[in-house]
Amino acid sequence: MLTRRDLLKHLGVSGALLAAPGLALANARTDARFVLVILRGAADGLSIAAPYGDPAYSGLRGELALLPPGRKDGVMDLDGFFGLHPRLTFTHERFTDREASVIHAVASPYRERSHFDGQDVLENGGSIVGAMRDGWLNRALKPLGGNLGDEPAIALAQNTPLVLRGPQSVTSWAPSRLPDADEDIIERLRLLYAEDAFFSMRLEQAIRSQEIAEGMDGARTRNRGNGAEALKANLKAAANFLTTPDGPGIAVVEAGGWDTHANQGAARGALANQLGALDAGLAELHAGLGATWKRTVVAVVTEFGRTAKVNGTRGTDHGTASAALLLGGAVNGGKVVADWPGLKTSALFESRDLYPTLDLRAVFKGILAEHLELAPAYIDREVFPGSAKVRPLNDIVNA
Amino acid sequence: MSKDAVIASNRFGLGAKPGELARIQEDPRGWLKQQIGRGADQPSGVAGLPSTPEVVVEIQRLRLEQRQMAARNSENDKPAPDIVKRYSKTVRAHYVDQTRVRYQAAAATDRPLVERLVHFWSNHFAISADKQPMPALAGLYENEAIRPNVTGNFADMLIAVEQHPAMIMYLDNQRSIGPNSTLGKRAGRRRSGRTLGLNENLAREILELHTLGVDGGYTQADVTTLAHVITGWSIGGATENGRFADGEPGTFEFRELIHEPGTQTVLGKRYAEAGLQQGVDVLRDLARHPSTARHIATKLARHFVADEPATKLVDRLARVYLENDAELEPVYRTLIDAPEAWQEIAPKYKSPHDFVVSTLRAFDRVPDDPRFVVNGLDLMGQTPWRPGSPAGWPDTAHEWGGADALYKRIEWSNTVARYAGNRVDPVELGHAVLGAGFTTHSRTWIRRAESRQQGIALLLASPDFQRR
Repeated sequence: MLTRRDLLKHLGVSGALLAAPGLALANARTDARFVLVILRGAADGLSIAAPYGDPAYSGLRGELALLPPGRKDGVMDLDGFFGLHPRLTFTHERFTDREASVIHAVASPYRERSHFDGQDVLENGGSIVGAMRDGWLNRALKPLGGNLGDEPAIALAQNTPLVLRGPQSVTSWAPSRLPDADEDIIERLRLLYAEDAFFSMRLEQAIRSQEIAEGMDGARTRNRGNGAEALKANLKAAANFLTTPDGPGIAVVEAGGWDTHANQGAARGALANQLGALDAGLAELHAGLGATWKRTVVAVVTEFGRTAKVNGTRGTDHGTASAALLLGGAVNGGKVVADWPGLKTSALFESRDLYPTLDLRAVFKGILAEHLELAPAYIDREVFPGSAKVRPLNDIVNA
Repeated sequence: MSKDAVIASNRFGLGAKPGELARIQEDPRGWLKQQIGRGADQPSGVAGLPSTPEVVVEIQRLRLEQRQMAARNSENDKPAPDIVKRYSKTVRAHYVDQTRVRYQAAAATDRPLVERLVHFWSNHFAISADKQPMPALAGLYENEAIRPNVTGNFADMLIAVEQHPAMIMYLDNQRSIGPNSTLGKRAGRRRSGRTLGLNENLAREILELHTLGVDGGYTQADVTTLAHVITGWSIGGATENGRFADGEPGTFEFRELIHEPGTQTVLGKRYAEAGLQQGVDVLRDLARHPSTARHIATKLARHFVADEPATKLVDRLARVYLENDAELEPVYRTLIDAPEAWQEIAPKYKSPHDFVVSTLRAFDRVPDDPRFVVNGLDLMGQTPWRPGSPAGWPDTAHEWGGADALYKRIEWSNTVARYAGNRVDPVELGHAVLGAGFTTHSRTWIRRAESRQQGIALLLASPDFQRR
């Protein structure tokens, strides 16, 4: 675990060394790949990476507590203090190979406990609900746009999530079950839609995604709904899109099923199954990306964490800070980045939740600056306006 | 055909059946108002459905068998696949039955505004059929808690919803136990290691989603107190683990044994201990709260007028709601009389649900196999009663307007056209169901289609038909 001083070292001092804004627009990287995975429903950070070394942990968590490394069903050790959930085996392998990091006690600026508002803040990139009508990742596309093909980003979902919505054109794709609409109908609809910008823009985007998807191996699989199984299929599909020449360089994948109010389970159970599917999906993504993995950063995030203490129904309720995962060949991995606040009641946020000591935007800023090579001034001004005090987390990506 | 008739039929109603536009064009507003003058109809198919208690008891019995079988088979370490299959088959059969009744009613009704209101409120008070056993209860919940109350008082609907077994199970309230209740204290003394206690889930959603809205001015403390107030709001009959046997199985049951005793303060007002009545009193006050008025006015205006409704209209609706003590009919009348509602012919992008229902009405029939509807909606991203969260489905073009989602609509239009074949003339159908909303541009391209069948696909996928 990093100390507060280490963390401060991570928090941008080198920002000023990067290029001036105008220059960076031309310089933004085009071969880098970025995948944002959003776990909707508030995933429990204390189960993703359990602070088994914290003296208060097992007492607070009771039957939800994961056992220390070495015990049957115990966590997989990270640094002698934190351990990964036993179902995150692929993630742990990457961690051991220094291709994954865990960031803990991290949260967006949102401090209430509504999923929908929490996700809104996570995705709009401001500090409050409705701060902006478009998403931070869409705003980050502008300097990358032209270089990354017609649609620089794709949402592996039928509808584009807020984080990718905005003025920059993006596309979306999800597996289908119906017979194809024949080409002739599509051509005729192009003409019929010609006078309607809303429809014609979407049809053109869908056609392009469809063309890429048709070249994919076994892509026309069943639509698997909204849960962890769909997450696995969508991560696999993301690999196809990200390795297509002139295809998108950025993908957003999302999955629900993390709102574990009751019977959350520990090494086994509902949450363990969700984490198992996530881990399997990440392994599929790794396999599908092949050599592209080297140039990829995957960030796994959630809107907020869950209560530190188990509730009356063997689950946890809406909380504040959680954990985030970074994976990829481009990640400067093998470390846990956390200014750990501790789990004593007096150290908890409002005496109930893990206290947030790091702003998630610092992580995103670090990725945008170091990996996608966006100018820090552009990031502060356009991507996360009003966040100048939140300094980017540095050294999380290989230089 | 007048523009007003199209708006009444298409935006306030569920899309025109052939002949509807001609029938209502004399007085579209009058047609809407006479629909809300009495309560909702019970669709003819409802009589054939079981009741919530019947289904709850059936499901619990299957669960129990499943568990006993698992225990018996544990020696050879095999689950009991037949029983597991029987459980999911039973749940699925109920779900399919209930969807059939719902979409048949929507396709057939001559009071489409009332049916739209049933769907609107059912979505406002969403339970999501991705948590067991909700798929077997969602339609029953809609018919029992929502339908009888849509033209009545919001407070009555609120109470019916929060006391319905489906909502209680969906948001775990039957498991929520007051720490100072008789049972809570007993468990505390025993320290059996099993945690018994409060679950804030239902209380939070009552405040955030059902009444005040997320900006409605409540705090975490209000959530916790409201959770205390409604401890004991439970379901009769034994639970899965055999605890509690009292009460009529599968119906609402107030359990004093787990109810947190004492005076509670919600939103600054003190409520003396009164058992079940304490919660009813809080809900009645929440229904009359200005934040609730605003929350509901905004959602109604967004649903019936525009994605971004004018503040003036929302203010007016909220005022009428408060002046009439949460009576809904005067609010609907204000909406119908609002000039803002009659300016643009079709400002809203239909949800997949609206698209499917209006298609069924355009053809004036429901396929015999309800899976055609369920699978279509599933594909287009709006599986019936399954929004995935208690927030329900969104209601703006922003949320439904994904590129891939449009492609799925085109694919489904194409599939419907294959069923319709060449029997129906797409241009005549366009006139009949879109009236003044059928643009010359669309008509031209549909007329040029290579076949009637192809023309139907183009009509259904056209911007004219995709908007309301």
